[in-house]
Amino acid sequence: MRIPYRPLAIGVVTLAFSALVLARAQAGDRHFFAPVADLIVKEECGSCHLAFAPSMLPARSWQRMMGELDKHFGDNASLDPATAEKITSYLVANAGDAGGQRYSSKLLKGVTPGAAPQRITELPKWVSEHRKVPDWEWRHKEVRTKANCVACHTAAEQGYYEE
Amino acid sequence: MKNILVVTSGIVAMILSSATFAGPREDLLTQYAAAAKVTSFSAARGQALHTQSSSGGKPDTPSCTTCHGKDTRSAGRALTGKTIEPVAVSVTPTRYTDPAKVEKWFKRNCTEVLGRECTPQEKGDWLTFVIGQ
Repeated sequence: MRIPYRPLAIGVVTLAFSALVLARAQAGDRHFFAPVADLIVKEECGSCHLAFAPSMLPARSWQRMMGELDKHFGDNASLDPATAEKITSYLVANAGDAGGQRYSSKLLKGVTPGAAPQRITELPKWVSEHRKVPDWEWRHKEVRTKANCVACHTAAEQGYYEE
Repeated sequence: MKNILVVTSGIVAMILSSATFAGPREDLLTQYAAAAKVTSFSAARGQALHTQSSSGGKPDTPSCTTCHGKDTRSAGRALTGKTIEPVAVSVTPTRYTDPAKVEKWFKRNCTEVLGRECTPQEKGDWLTFVIGQ
């Protein structure tokens, strides 16, 4: 029997690399934002754009956003009241300023107390973290908008936002 | 005896394969037909609706194909950059099997593109078009 060395080697290298990345990410990385786990929230908030991690905004931001869904960044994203209420509770319970959210507090650094920012990409910390990204990169056809996290952060849907 | 069995099972298989099983998509078409007071829909009209440009809706989404792409069997792309599964049922067989979801997206997308909700006739035509794609 011939042993397929090449595929085996590739497999081992891939596994080792994934393990390394995962270990680093799990070791309390400040670039981890727990992804949406609720299926309804994932479906309703994730069909047009990435279902942004609730920990990226404070609770009052989510409350305001869910109350203005008919004017959702220029689109009417209205939902039936029951669904909207379920989603609001989830977002608020897992918001960046909800108890024990260690990682996201960094992203909320510099947000005026009491303010309800709507765009994650306008948070002071977000802006400073992305200050080195040149303009042409934002305009790239694979990026298009600053809300398209996965264009650069390929594991964003899993919650990882390393370089 | 064996021959009879073969012939019988052949006939049964033919009947089964030709019968149309009413699924959620067919139920939707039936509802739209009743609401539109028509007996059939036109895939060609559905295609025309899908590809036409409209000035009634939002300027950045003049047509269904703006986001869904010109090829119904290829993935589309929302303005946010997010991939949209192909609209063709042959490629995405799970599509249009949840009536509430179908209605939700007709409402959103027709309003975005046309500036108004779609009529039952338009919905039926469009659904017939993508079912056949």
